[in-house]
Amino acid sequence: MELTASDLTVARGGVPVLDGVSFALAPGRALVLRGPNGAGKTTLLRTVAGLQPAMAGEVSGAGERIAYAGHADGLKSMLSVAENLQFWARVFGTEGIGSALSAFNLDALEDRLAGTLSAGQKRRLGLARLMVTGRPVWVLDEPTVSLDTASVALFAEAVRAHLGQGGSALMATHIDLGIPEADDFDVTPYRATPRAALRDEAFL
Amino acid sequence: MIALLTRDLRLAVRAGGGFGLGLAFFLIVTVLVPFGVGPQTGLLTRIAPGILWIGALLACLLSLDRIFALDWEDGSLDLLATAPLPMEGIVSVKALAHWITTGLPLVLAAPALGVLLNLAGPGYLWLFVSLALGTPALSVIGTFGAALTVGLKRGGLLMSLLVLPLYVPTLIFGAEVARRGAEGLAVQTPLLMLAGISFGVAALLPFASAAVLRINLR
Repeated sequence: MELTASDLTVARGGVPVLDGVSFALAPGRALVLRGPNGAGKTTLLRTVAGLQPAMAGEVSGAGERIAYAGHADGLKSMLSVAENLQFWARVFGTEGIGSALSAFNLDALEDRLAGTLSAGQKRRLGLARLMVTGRPVWVLDEPTVSLDTASVALFAEAVRAHLGQGGSALMATHIDLGIPEADDFDVTPYRATPRAALRDEAFL
Repeated sequence: MIALLTRDLRLAVRAGGGFGLGLAFFLIVTVLVPFGVGPQTGLLTRIAPGILWIGALLACLLSLDRIFALDWEDGSLDLLATAPLPMEGIVSVKALAHWITTGLPLVLAAPALGVLLNLAGPGYLWLFVSLALGTPALSVIGTFGAALTVGLKRGGLLMSLLVLPLYVPTLIFGAEVARRGAEGLAVQTPLLMLAGISFGVAALLPFASAAVLRINLR
């Protein structure tokens, strides 16, 4: 089942930022969103993930199939690395965190409190969470922020393995991920023409 | 759901989790009152049920802004919203975790603090019963307030202003049960009203909390 967005208009704070966005993401494929800061990549990803409603158009094949990772990693600093992952595994009803830990080279840090990790280690833990969700569509917002070159390679490998298992990934990033088979999707042509914010009629 | 509950309880008892803060606050308020009104045991006996209820209510209010604010700051609330748990379930579990870490210790400690205020003999049982029945309502209403103000920087004061008026019915009937119990009067009517409020808010408010949370996450 593929993820499709058809004629999507997404808004941030009531102001449309992208207009008429359409794409399809088939299983086993990756799509990389490109565009300058403020173009609306995050807003588009949050809309696809179902965190905010679309202003117009629709997304299909999303919902319960999506694993979302935003700018924040959603880690609890007073829980250990393993406890953080186990929590998400239980929430998503999956078993075993071992492969996620080793895929992101976190085995040695298993018992460390997440609060004591470096920024890059935290990000790796946040990405390892994707693997324990067991969901087929990864929606990632700047996944490589604060990762070093070696960790970016680990991440690229994890994404490739995910694609190989029939999963798909929708990512926003500014760097070269080292995943040549990914398609690029430039959001710049879809930028909405500035117009006044629509009033939120619920509060009038 | 159970995973979320155990995580919240575990976080509460770890360093910086705030477990016991509400209880300590309750203790201090109760100790301060006799200093304020003076050593008149008759007067203290009369005001004890009301003071204990207000103390418990304020102690409960103290920890409300932690319910969602911490999860919102570190991004886990976004991730929970995309998880296979229904939002109504998430807010109910959050309210339950808040009651276990804040409300339950207050219920258990209140009879002991009643001694400090010279609470009348039969009042101990009814104070315990009224708090056990009423504090879940405080947690559920508080969760609604926390959901309304999640994402606001320093929204704690605004949340208190929103939540305190909503606490009025619970306070009236809860304190009335404790007062009547202490004076040896029939407690059935306020007890039923209190139970009605608790079960009513526990059944209905999670839907409202989930709705405002979804809007606040946009």
